[in-house]
Amino acid sequence: MWNYEKRLQYPVNITQTNPQIAQVIISQFGGPDGELSASMRYLSQRYTIPYREVAGLLTDIGTEELAHMEIVCSIIYQLTKDLTPEEIKASGFDKYYVDHTLALWPQAAGGIPFNACEFQSKGDPITDLMEDMAAEQKARSTYENILRLVKDPEVADPIRYLREREVVHFQRFGEGLRITQEHLDSKNFYAFNPAFDCPRN
Amino acid sequence: MRGNQMEQVKLFQWINMVSFAVNDIVLYLDTHPTDQDALAYFHHFREVRMKALKEYEENFGPLTLDTTKPEHMWLWSTQPMPWEGGYC
Repeated sequence: MWNYEKRLQYPVNITQTNPQIAQVIISQFGGPDGELSASMRYLSQRYTIPYREVAGLLTDIGTEELAHMEIVCSIIYQLTKDLTPEEIKASGFDKYYVDHTLALWPQAAGGIPFNACEFQSKGDPITDLMEDMAAEQKARSTYENILRLVKDPEVADPIRYLREREVVHFQRFGEGLRITQEHLDSKNFYAFNPAFDCPRN
Repeated sequence: MRGNQMEQVKLFQWINMVSFAVNDIVLYLDTHPTDQDALAYFHHFREVRMKALKEYEENFGPLTLDTTKPEHMWLWSTQPMPWEGGYC
């Protein structure tokens, strides 16, 4: 069950449109290391995690990623609001516009559509948590790549916030991995898969 | 409904701040469920947040369905959406 709260987790108030930078930022909506991938990854993995603290963590971070997806979409929406056909043509936004007008559609900056193959739900807690930690680092790198291209402080400010959250989530997943390993055989973490071979350990 | 726009912006920013304090400590508590300082921090900001959400509803309209008042008209869907910029 989810409830909607009618506010962004971090405010977005962009007064200057920039369809060119919107086409770059859209990768953090539907790209390989974007917020949609992040949310679906954690919310898919949580069911088979045998440790409640870690399942709770995946639920809460997966939920926060939905809020981050909303922030990214709000940035893109405001960057492309009320564009004229001339502005669309001049900025190179025409190739996106022809299929989606000014609507939000999850794709990578290079035009590749959102795809569940961008994340994994493996059913082995060590494998899944290692993927989650890597995912947070990949998203941090992507936000840093975006920040090198963004000049407008109204855009850079929420992007910096999103980048910081990747660092915090990485830390929390590291703790989740530690909790998981404490339940395992300390001489051989891989002696069994606690989500399959020995579900209640 | 009462209140001016400056009060609204101030209260909205306060809600964002205290809500963030709650969000962030929840993740910490997930992996440190017995940390007493963190528990006290969570309960403090959870209460401050609820109070602010109710105050906001009272004066400017609902941010959550749980704080919707029966005497008001259905503002949930008629007030601005978060992505429009500015403040709800």
